[in-house]
Amino acid sequence: MAFVRAYFRSPPAVIGLFLLLCVIAMAVSAGWFFPRDPLALAGRPLVWPFANPRFPLGTDNSGRDIAAQIFYGARISLLIGGVATVIAVIIGIVIGAVSGYYGGWVDNVLMRITEAFQTLPNFLLLLVLVAVFGSNITTVIIAIGIVSWPAPARLTRAEFLSLRNREFVQAGRTLGLKDMKLIFGEILPNALPPVIVYASVVMAVSILLESALAFLRLSDPNVASWGNLIGLGRDVLRVQWYVSAIPGIAILVTVLAVSLVGQGLNDALNPRLKGR
Amino acid sequence: MHILRLAGRRLAASIPTLILILVGVFLLLQLAPGDTVDAMMAQMGGGDARTAEDLRRFYGLDLSVTAQLGNYLWRLIRFDLGFSAIYGKPVAQVIAERLPATILLMTASLSFAFFFGIVFGVIAARGVNRWPDTLISTLGLIFYATPSFWFGLMAIVVFSIYLQWLPAGGLSDITQVKEGIWLVLDTARHLVLPTLTLGLIFLAIYLRIMRASMLEVLTLDFVRTARAKGLDETRVVVRHVLRNALLPMVTLIGLQAGTMLGGSVVVESVFSLPGLGRLAYESVVQRDLNTLLGIIFVSALLVIAVNFVVDLVYARLDPRIKTEG
Repeated sequence: MAFVRAYFRSPPAVIGLFLLLCVIAMAVSAGWFFPRDPLALAGRPLVWPFANPRFPLGTDNSGRDIAAQIFYGARISLLIGGVATVIAVIIGIVIGAVSGYYGGWVDNVLMRITEAFQTLPNFLLLLVLVAVFGSNITTVIIAIGIVSWPAPARLTRAEFLSLRNREFVQAGRTLGLKDMKLIFGEILPNALPPVIVYASVVMAVSILLESALAFLRLSDPNVASWGNLIGLGRDVLRVQWYVSAIPGIAILVTVLAVSLVGQGLNDALNPRLKGR
Repeated sequence: MHILRLAGRRLAASIPTLILILVGVFLLLQLAPGDTVDAMMAQMGGGDARTAEDLRRFYGLDLSVTAQLGNYLWRLIRFDLGFSAIYGKPVAQVIAERLPATILLMTASLSFAFFFGIVFGVIAARGVNRWPDTLISTLGLIFYATPSFWFGLMAIVVFSIYLQWLPAGGLSDITQVKEGIWLVLDTARHLVLPTLTLGLIFLAIYLRIMRASMLEVLTLDFVRTARAKGLDETRVVVRHVLRNALLPMVTLIGLQAGTMLGGSVVVESVFSLPGLGRLAYESVVQRDLNTLLGIIFVSALLVIAVNFVVDLVYARLDPRIKTEG
């Protein structure tokens, strides 16, 4: 309870939570407000926002409803952010935990691999993965997860290094607990909070990565993604700039919300570091 | 000399990393649908199976994967990156033509983000929890959440289309030939928007780190001593706090070099700059895997080089490092 109260004491954290709930509400209610396929032809192309009450946010170059694409896009962004983050955090935790717990040559090998992933610009690796495995939405999500694990891995490893020789771990070892039980049952729950907080950063970056990929037309063209719409709007940027502007604001708000919530969680968990 | 040896050791340690990256990406690209010869045949407008066979033998693509990998690594040692079927030139040459634009863009963005990150970070830390801090921190959060390509597009709408102050793309004005100082000025004018676009997210990160780092250092004992000596606040900040607060910023440059290269892919596409990032994008779209692998190699080298420089700068800023290791 103290944690919840600490969280709600910070105005940015509350604003972040509110924005995030708005985005989630959009994702949930998309099918309700817009029962038709968001990628289907809806009316005349390039209707300005507020010009026609049927299309509050106007239509894009091929006459599709922008508002519908924004609502359905919230689903895609949250899906990508959520699933890719889970993938990245799980890979990161396993590699970081094993590396930090065993040390020695295991640590050496795993950290070399992590370093290789960190030396390679992750957007370039993402391009390679998409070039090789194609760009349907599942592949893109997995690819984003694969390029994002090194930072959580390093974080988990650092936590494990500081925890592995604590008394409770030694006690567990004396009791004859197996390594797996010690790693995942005893140490991990203590190492988890900073990693969970960091997950908000991974989520924000994942959403940005997908939108950049979609903008370059390398993501799945068959889903209503905000990045796709910005890419489309680029062709009519000179006059109908709103086609690109609107989905960009949606991305900005979502990423901002995720970052603020992450920051709020961090401050509530480490009250000492508040304001840093 | 000690610093050089230390940095040299880190450099040597990055060779296995480099090999790991190359082998990994090479094997990954083997899984790609279609090879260079397919791409060439498509460019030629199709051809019979015999020609494809001959071409594969000519490029050594009929060998086993391990033999190909061995060949590739052996050629790399001599800095031969292979041949780009799409551009009809050696890959090394294609990359060399594109590299300057990217390095120019990265240097400009980094300087912009670093300088203003320090300035805003210091202002925010000086007025912590008052309005300048709130304003700067809020702007930082918003910049962090802004997709760079979208910011670029909006900047084009405002500054190139409506106000017509700045060019919307390219590296120089192709309608007139310019020389000397005019060429420099023209290029600078073309780089303003791309630099802001690429640098924005880094500005957000740097100002946040700088603020945190300043607040951290300001609580240390030696700062209290400096104040007790009767130094005025400006001197305390500039002479004592700043130098120490800079350390995490320098570390960050090394960590972010790769991210910045990745960001340049998008920014170069938005502003149609002839750089490495756009080349990476084009080689993905055109399935020019040889070039793609070459870009991976050069990017990794670039990141390693940046980290080497960061090590040197770090050791200069923090004399304690010399005594370690």
